[in-house]
Amino acid sequence: MTIMKRLSLIFRAKANKALDRAEDPRETLDYSYERQREMLMKVKRGVADVATSRKRLELQLQTLTQQSDKLEGQSRQALAQGREDLAREALTRRSAIQVQQADLATQHAQLQAEEEKLTLASQRLQAKVDAFRTRKETIKATYTAAEAQTKIGEAFSGISEEMGDVGLAVQRAEDKTLAMQARAGAIDELLASGALDDASGTAKDDITTELERMSSQSDVELELARLKGEITAGTPVQQIEGSATGTPAAADAPATPEKQGETS
Amino acid sequence: MIVRIMGEGQWDLADEHADLLNSLDAGLESTVKGGDQEAFRAALSDLLAKVRALGSPLPDDSLAPSDAVLPAADSALDDVRALLSASDEGLIPG
Repeated sequence: MTIMKRLSLIFRAKANKALDRAEDPRETLDYSYERQREMLMKVKRGVADVATSRKRLELQLQTLTQQSDKLEGQSRQALAQGREDLAREALTRRSAIQVQQADLATQHAQLQAEEEKLTLASQRLQAKVDAFRTRKETIKATYTAAEAQTKIGEAFSGISEEMGDVGLAVQRAEDKTLAMQARAGAIDELLASGALDDASGTAKDDITTELERMSSQSDVELELARLKGEITAGTPVQQIEGSATGTPAAADAPATPEKQGETS
Repeated sequence: MIVRIMGEGQWDLADEHADLLNSLDAGLESTVKGGDQEAFRAALSDLLAKVRALGSPLPDDSLAPSDAVLPAADSALDDVRALLSASDEGLIPG
């Protein structure tokens, strides 16, 4: 027998077994309805769990992006100051972070797909549970036990198949979410240990320290050069005269807003 | 005939397509027996594509049981083996 027939028999056997257990098949209606509502809640919880994991990955991705941008900035700064060794170190760290980023992005896409699938599954099951409730009341009100048996069998097999399918989907999503959470936890630990460095900027890494040391040194050099220049050029009188020529135009400017204020 | 693709929902197909589906299904089964992951994925996606193309989706509130059930599109070979070896108790919840 082929695969699609065997699978449908497996689902059907499960439904039949549940039906056979009840003396009056009408009893199974209410029981099954309760099970359906439980399953519905399980699917909705599943959707929420996947969404939580997805958001956590998004936060981590953000942190990694900030870190990667920061390292790129540092490598530029280092190159501008002629420190190729420092720039190389920053870029090496950045490429390690990019590997993590790409990996997380793939996982993020997977979780998003899983979330969409579960959301659709939850909508399908909700529609079926609602339909089952209506059918259940009709069957209970209208039919004799013998007639009810066939009607119940049909509705029950249909919903039972859906429950089995949705139940498996939730299980798979749970497994995937757990695996992601373990991974996300590992990355949080890496970030905390400083191996991927903290992008919040509270702790200064060695590249930052070195760049700051270099830039404060060059600030001192610039300041020195400026002071030397001033001393050799004498008192900069011309600059004061130059700024005075600009004042008449500036004094005219406030007149216009005052006039507007009077007329309105 | 009504066909369920696990994780996606149900499709209603005209009976005239049964032969085509059965032959694709037989092909799928031989890849499961052969254990070739690549061939299995190709055969499964062919079969699912045919069902989606030839069938019309059943409304969400339909309670009809399926005549045939197919594994989800992203199933691995081992997932399908586990499903097929499931008894009516263990693997399938609900």
